[in-house]
This record gives sequence, structure tokens and C-alpha cells, in this order.
Amino acid sequence: MSSAAPPVLYLDGVSVVFDGFRALNDLSLVVDPGELRAVIGPNGAGKTTMMDVITGKTRPTSGTVRFGDHDLTQLDEAAIANLGIGRKFQKPTVFDALTVFENLELALKAPRGPVACLRWMLTGEARRRIEATLEEIGLAARARDRAGVLSHGQRQWLEIGMLLMQDPELLLVDEPVAGMTDQETEHTATLLRRIAEGGRSVVVVEHDLEFVRALGRKVTVLHEGSVLSEGPIDQVQNDPRVIEVYLGR
Amino acid sequence: MTTTTTAAHPALPAARVGLRAVILGALLLLALLPILNRLPPDSALHVSDFAVSVTGKWICYAILALAIDLIWGYAGILSLGHGAFFALGGYAIGMHLMRLIGDRGVYGHPVLPDFMVFLGWRELPWYWWGFDHFAFAFAMALLVPGALAAVVGYLAFRSRITGVYFSIITQAMTYALMLAFFRNDMGFGGNNGFTDFKELLGLPLHTPEARAALFYASLAGLAGALWLCRRVAGSKLGRVLVAIRDAESRVRFLGYDVTAHKLFVFVLSAMLAGLAGALYVPQVGIINPGEFSPGNSIEAVIWVAVGGRGTLVGAALGAFSVNALKTWLTSVAPDLWLFVLGGLFIAVTLFLPRGLAGLFRRREP
Amino acid sequence: MPRAIAMRRLLVALLILVAAALPAAAQDAFLAALPGLAGGFAAQATAVERLGATGDPRALPVLRALAEGRLLKRPDGALLVRGEGDAVSDAATGAPAEATGAEPVRINNRVRAALRGALGRLQLVSPDPGERLAAAEAVFRSRSAENIALLEAALAREDQPQVRARMELALAASRLAAPDPATRRAGVEALAATGSDDARAMLLEARAADPALAPEVDAAVAAIDRRLALRRAAETLFQGLSLGSVLLLAALGLAVTFGVMGVINMAHGEMVMLGAYTAWAVQEVCRTHAPWLLPAYLPLSIPAAFLVAAAVGAVLERGLIRHLYGRPLETLLMTFGVGMILQQAVRLLFGAQNREVSSPGWMQGTLTLPGGVMVTQNRLWIILFGLAVLGLTVAAIRFTRFGLEMRAVTQNRRIASTMGIRSGRVDALTFAFGSGIAGVAGVALSQIDNVSPNLGTGYIVDSFMVVVFGGVGSLAGTLVGAMTLGVVNKVLEPYAGAVLAKIAVLVAIMLFIQRRPRGLYALKGRAAEA
Repeated sequence: MSSAAPPVLYLDGVSVVFDGFRALNDLSLVVDPGELRAVIGPNGAGKTTMMDVITGKTRPTSGTVRFGDHDLTQLDEAAIANLGIGRKFQKPTVFDALTVFENLELALKAPRGPVACLRWMLTGEARRRIEATLEEIGLAARARDRAGVLSHGQRQWLEIGMLLMQDPELLLVDEPVAGMTDQETEHTATLLRRIAEGGRSVVVVEHDLEFVRALGRKVTVLHEGSVLSEGPIDQVQNDPRVIEVYLGR
Repeated sequence: MTTTTTAAHPALPAARVGLRAVILGALLLLALLPILNRLPPDSALHVSDFAVSVTGKWICYAILALAIDLIWGYAGILSLGHGAFFALGGYAIGMHLMRLIGDRGVYGHPVLPDFMVFLGWRELPWYWWGFDHFAFAFAMALLVPGALAAVVGYLAFRSRITGVYFSIITQAMTYALMLAFFRNDMGFGGNNGFTDFKELLGLPLHTPEARAALFYASLAGLAGALWLCRRVAGSKLGRVLVAIRDAESRVRFLGYDVTAHKLFVFVLSAMLAGLAGALYVPQVGIINPGEFSPGNSIEAVIWVAVGGRGTLVGAALGAFSVNALKTWLTSVAPDLWLFVLGGLFIAVTLFLPRGLAGLFRRREP
Repeated sequence: MPRAIAMRRLLVALLILVAAALPAAAQDAFLAALPGLAGGFAAQATAVERLGATGDPRALPVLRALAEGRLLKRPDGALLVRGEGDAVSDAATGAPAEATGAEPVRINNRVRAALRGALGRLQLVSPDPGERLAAAEAVFRSRSAENIALLEAALAREDQPQVRARMELALAASRLAAPDPATRRAGVEALAATGSDDARAMLLEARAADPALAPEVDAAVAAIDRRLALRRAAETLFQGLSLGSVLLLAALGLAVTFGVMGVINMAHGEMVMLGAYTAWAVQEVCRTHAPWLLPAYLPLSIPAAFLVAAAVGAVLERGLIRHLYGRPLETLLMTFGVGMILQQAVRLLFGAQNREVSSPGWMQGTLTLPGGVMVTQNRLWIILFGLAVLGLTVAAIRFTRFGLEMRAVTQNRRIASTMGIRSGRVDALTFAFGSGIAGVAGVALSQIDNVSPNLGTGYIVDSFMVVVFGGVGSLAGTLVGAMTLGVVNKVLEPYAGAVLAKIAVLVAIMLFIQRRPRGLYALKGRAAEA
């Protein structure tokens, strides 16, 4: 980690204990600006808990979690999101009762208070941004449909689109290609690479090794709540410890 | 809400304009009632005093139903304590009405209401100060329910109490208030509450003019409440509420302060309920702790369910239709009413989850 | 403790032996004094005093007869007592006697005064415990040192604990009036030992009369205050636990249906109400058809109430609730409607007025525990009953096949189904089980509350508070929650009154949920997220 710019995300010695069970055990992770990082690991390795800690859903039992200059352990989910951390869940969660357009409109970076929302008027600029994102995620034709009627893959893209509308500095993406066809997977990989090229940092948690390989970036392997191995995919894949606990299965 | 937004959200039903016309028509039709009441009794179009006063009551219930629908239908928060906000609004105006009785009470005391004289009180408690002014009392009818909702809502939403837990908490709230208001030493008339009102704003109650004035005030309240609720529901705030209803934690991760949004709409809703109570009490001429009973709140919820939640107009319609049924049935077969009401609870939840309005509308908001 | 009791028994046995050895001497005194009653007024007065001092039970009817003009003197000088129905007996032996020519013995005011004192003393040894108690009370009020010996004698033969306690108090009071300081001090100590409010007042009186006693009295008063505070605390705790048991009973069924199944049943209160009406119905059936069963109607109504409520619960679950799984708010509204219908149905069938449910004799009255703590029997039974029902519920869930299947379905319906558990049947049984417990609770509540159609409404809010406070899904939480709420309520009541205490508890629960949204006994980790 000798890059000149200070890291975007900095986790050091983070532990989370539920009832004596250590979901995270002295975990350390550093993500640089503009970096696209893949995090892999078997079930129960602590991937989702790590995301929960970063986004404020779970408070760490001990350790440091910093985003730029901000101590994330002191903030709630909404405040963290407003700092510029976006999260995509494993199970795509979009608002089924709202249209695709409205989903993106809600995600659009704008004042978030109740009164501001009550007085909110959709300006031409905001509409253009939403429409551009609709194009980008390939859902322009579905803008007026309710999100509830979209296919699984379309919901995943809508959620990524919502992340883009938030204009975050850091994106956390949990298993974006679970249940996708090969073609959809490829499209998703392209989307994520493009996001990272735009100067954002992206952390992708994934099971699918082919997808991780398609991303072609640095990989972190988690096991039992801490980092087992870190490096390019080829190096990680040949690490005997990784083979033993994960790839060997 | 101008044409820009309508165009931006083309999925909103094009029938909106038609709906607006229907609402206006219905309000105008209601506005005719006190005029028809003035026709000679033998006229075919004559409307009885009873019909006017009972419709005036239902209008207040409709405002209460709107208040409940705003939080339940949109934000998915089921309050079983809205009867408490309604009753508090009623008590605030009731206190004003009591002060206006002046020395015309049974004991003829110039300042103290009868029940205080009866209890041997010497002076007005501090929390009665200011209620001799109508504006103050009216403001309190909105602010006290709003403040209570702010405290209860803040405590509940902040610790993420949702769903049935919130319902139970609000039910406990109205239950506790009922117990408190039953006490004589609270200074709100205990068991008997307030009654025997004489006048309001210089107009002697029990006159046709007063009845008509109160009717129109309530109608204006309903129109205003309907406008406000539709304004909220049609704004981005309304969409945030729907999003909270369907996936609360996702809204948080989008950076919205869910507590603030819920609190805003809960307080707004409580103030609407307070308004409904304030309009209601001068018309019925009595307010007592029974208004706080948990059954009242839950009955109001069923008006909304019958009308169709998340539709606003449907909620108001539900209040009218269920209460019309109640008025009719309790005079024809009083023993049957509770069976029918209970049956309504069951039938609506099992067979008509979107209420009467669901029969006409294709989608939920 | 057992050793102390054994010692006391031994002592009592010894005293009885001594008393048995005494009669010869006592009879002598009685017989010796008796003839004086036939003499002049002065001799009469002396005889009355002597008889009073004997403490002999035989003297009592004679003196009473004298006071009431029923003591006769035969020309031969024999004294006779005319009893009820003009039956006449010999005053000395109690044997029937001939009354020919007998005249009533006359007395004057001096003799009457002597009689009052003597009768008061003698009543201390009357065969009737009520009379002895009254006498002790009279002696206590007279506060005269002369009574010390008498009281000691009476105490020696007294076997009724209640009367003994009063006599001891009277003895201590009499000692306080004694001229010699050592006796007074003994009195202070004895009073301190009784630890009652009366004793405390008397001590303060004695302190005012005799400042020399101040140090002893102050220490004694402090000791009494400690005991009184302790007793009050114990009584408050008992009342709290009994209220807690009522809450526990009302909430236990809910802990199963809401806590374990996650079904919010607003008709739960009506299940309790049905249970109470079942108790009433069983009582009425026994009264009209099998009066010999009437004493046992209460135990009989427990299974009956369980079955009635469980049947209604099963029908409710299969017929309505199961269509609404996963929609808790709709379930809440729907079950509220069901409750409304049940209430109205009961009102039309049995009337709106309260129904009389009698309490069996063994549930009435008050029990005094060591230390003077007063406990009402029916409350005690309800505590025991509440714990028993909890125990049975826990056992049913832990150790039966049904309990196992129930837990399996709760934790993972899908996997349970794949293992051949018919989850629909388990749902119905679980709901029926929870409803049945509510019915059983109704039997208990019929003993302390009015049996009316809206019996249940008063408990529904409290029950939910108990379950939410204790932690949803935890029976231990329900127990601790119910008991805590009960005790806190009773502790607050003296300061705030019943209503404000209740409100304070509701507010406290709201604040508590701020800290622990999942209640006292919260499920943690992933299971709780689901």
C-alpha cells in the first residue's frame, strides 16, 4: 500500500462478536481511490458482516473504520450513505411499488430531509441525469414500469443504477451476478469497470470466480473473519492456504 | 404539483384529473346539505337537522381517516392511537368551550368550570391558562397532538420500533391517556369530561346557524386535509414514504434519515387528527375520556381499510360509508352492529385488502 | 428454625404438665373463697377479688352469675347457679341441684366494681378463645402492673397463637406500667420483640412518661421500624408477585401465539374471557345437576376452559388466521374483529352484567406468615397456579413430540415440512395450545375479577407489554417481565396511585425499549434478523 493518495477506506483490527461468535476477527483492509477490489471467501467468512460494519448496520466490537477523515463507527446508515458510500445488497432490493424512474429519482443525490422532499421539483438537469443513467443500465424503455415487474437481472442493474445516482465515492456491491445469465454477468462486469474508471472506488463481494477473473483486479480472500490472502487473482488462486480453505472444496 | 411533475411521472393514472373533478363534485354536494336544510320541511329536497349534524360528524371522521391513511397507506405505519390525537384536539377546544360558559354554569362561578367548583378547587390550574382565547385553544388542538406524536414517534422510530410493535405502543399510549383522563385530579372533568357548552366565537351552539357554520368549517377542514395529504402523497416525500413502507433499510442506505421522514409525517398526521377532534367536539357537544378508548382508534383504522388504504379519497369514503352503516344499523338492530363491525374487520382483511377503492383502481401507490 | 420450634414445643409440653399438677392447690383456693360470696357486701367483695386472683376457669361462670343476678343462695347456705332454661347447678361442683327456697344473692356497687375487674381477669382463662382475646385486649388497655402475674398464668395455658400474641403484648404493656425499672425494661424488650405498630405507639408513650427509659425505647423503636419496613417490603413484594402472576397468566398464551408463532392475536383477551365464562358455566352445571360436585367445580373447570378456548383457537387459526400469515398488521385487525364478535356473542348469550363465580373455602381468608406478613389465600393460590401453568407450558414445549415439532416449524418451516412435519397441523395445534392457556388463565382471573364480556380487554395491553418487555419468543422473559412489571407497579402504587403507577410503567417500558428494542431476553444474532 505505497500509493501516494490517502486511502478511501481504511479498516484496521476490526472485530465483531455476536454472542461469543467472532464474525470478524482482527480484519484489516485498505481501498485506494479509484480502485476496484474483489472480495471473495466461503460462506461465513465475514463478507456481509464487513459490509454491514462499513455501512453502519453493525457496530464493530473493536477496531478502526475510516472513510477519508470520517470515523464510520460513530455514524448511522443514512449519515454514512450521505458521506458517499453506496451499497448494493445481495438480494436486489429496489422499491417495487415505484416505477424505475422513481427509483432512480429517489437515489439521485439531492437534499434528503422531509421538507426538502415535499418541496422537491424535478428540474431538467435532474431529469437528464436520470435519463442518462437509464441508458447506461439499459432500462430506458422500462422507465415507466413499476420495478416490481422487472426481471432479476434488470433489478440488479436498476440497483446499480441507483448507486450511480447517489454519486458515491465508494461502492459496496454484494454478489452482483448471483442468478444472472452469462450475458448479463458480462454486462454487469462492464458496468462495474466503467464505474471504477469514473474515479470511484468499488468493492465487490463475489462467489463467482469467473466474474472476479473478468474484473481482473486485486483480490482479497476472507476466511473466518480475517484476511487470508491478497493480490492478483492468479497469485491468490495459487496460494496453498486459499486452495485449502476455499478453492479446494 | 404542476403539469411538469405529472409528465415526469407518467405512470400516475391519467384519470387523476377525473378524480379531482369527482372530489370537487362530492365536496360541493356536501356543501348543499345545510342549504337544503333551510328549505321548508314539506319540500321534497328538505334535509333534516339530524342529517346535517350527523354528516358534520362524519366529515370529521373522514379527516381522521385521512390522517390515518397518510401514515398507514403510504408509510406503512399502523397507529392504533390516533383516537388519542383526535381526543386531545377535542379536549383543547372543549377547554375553550368550557371557559366560554363563564358564570352560566350550575354553580355560577365566573372563572372555574362546574367540575372544578364541585371538586373544591380555588383557581384555574396553569395548564388552563390561555384557553379563553379561541386562537390559542385552536393552536393547542393542533400542537398538543403534534407534540405528543413527536415524543412518542421520536422514541419509537429512533429505536426502530416498527410494525405491530409500533401499533401496540400507540395502543398503550391511548390506553394510558384514557386512564389518566378518567382521573378527577387531572383537571379535565374526570369521567364526565366536558359538556353543556353554550357558544363558540359568539355564536350560540344549538342554533341552525351554528350548525351550518360548524358544518362548513368541517367541510373546509376536510378539503384542506385532502389537499394537504394529496400534496404529500404526490411529492417525492410521498414516494420516500412508500419506499420506507416496502424496504425501510434500503432507504437508509440511500442516505435518507428514515426517522425524520416518519416523524414528519406522523406528526403531521397527528395534527390532522387533532383538527378533526377540534371540529368534532363543538358539533356533538361533549367530550369525555371514552374518546381515548383503544377501540375507537382501531375502529377508525377499519374505516380506512374498508375504503382502501393508500388512496386518501378511499379512506374518506370509508369513514362515510362505515359510519352511515353504523348510524343506520344501531337504530334498526343495535345488537347486530358489533357483529357487523367485527365481520367488516375480517372480510376486509381477508377478501378486500385494498378496500372499496381497490375495486376501481388498478395499482397501489 | 426447626430447633427453635422443637424447643418451644417442649416448653409448652412442660407447662401443660405443670398445669396438670396444679389443680389441687387451685381448687383449694377456689373452694376456699367461694363461701364468701354468700356473706355481707364487704365479704363478697373480698371473695370476688380472691376468686378473680385464682385464675381458675370454674370461677368465671359463678362470678358471671353473681353479676347477672343468677347466683342463688339456698337456705342451707349452698350456692347455686341458675343457667339456661332455669337448670340449676351447684356453684362448687357444677352438679345439678335442687333450688327449693333459694333466693338470688344481692350485691352493691362496690361488689359490682370488684366483679368487673375479676371477670376481666378470669376471661383470660375462659374456654372460648374469642373471649380470651377480648379479655387480653381489655387488660392491654387497662395497662396495670397488677395484671402481670395473671397474664403470665394465662399465657402458660394459652395455645392459640393469635391470642398468645395479644396476651404477650398486654403483658409487655402491663410491665411498662410496673413501678420497678427492671420490669419496665423487660417490658420494653418484650414490646420490641413483638414489632407491631401498637407496640411502637406504646413505647413512645412510655418514653414520654418515663424519660429514664429513653435509650432503651429509642433502640426498641428503631428495631421495630426496621421490622415494620421489612414486613411492608415483604407484603409489597407479595402483592407485586401476585399481580405479576396475573400478568403472567394473561401473557403466557400470548407468549406462545405471538412470541413463538409470531401471530398477533388481538382476540387473546377474549380467549381469557371465554375461560372465565367456562368456569362460571361449569359451576352452574354442577349446581343444577350435580351439587355434590360443586366443591370441586374449580379444578374441573380448568381442563374445560382449556378445551373450550383451544377449540375456538383452532377454528380461528384454520379458518382465518392462516390466510394472513406474513401480514401481521392485517392479522392484528382481523383478530380484533374476531374479538369484537366473541364479546358481543357472549354478551347476547349470557347478558352484559357480571356473572357470580364463587371462591371455594380453601381460597378464602388470610394467612399470617412468620414475621406478621399478611397474605391473602386467593392471591397465594394464583401465584402457585401461575407458576404451575408456566411449568407445564415449558414442559410441553421442551419435552413433548408436539413441542419439538412446534419448535422445528417456528425455526424453519420449509425444512420442517421436508422432514415430514405437517406444518399446518402444527400451526393449528400451537395456536390452540396458546389459546387454551389463555382459557386456563381465565379460570384464575374469574376468582379475582368480574366475569363480564369485556373481562379480556383490560388485560390485552398489559399482556402485550409483558411479552414485548420480556422479549418476544422467550418464556423466561415472559416470567421475568410479568413479575418485574407486577412488583414495580405495586412498589410505585403507594407513591403515585394505581393509575399513575400504571402510566409510569407504560412510559418506562417505552424508554426501556429504547435501550433494548428486543426486550429483556432477546434473541441475538442471525436468528433474530429473520
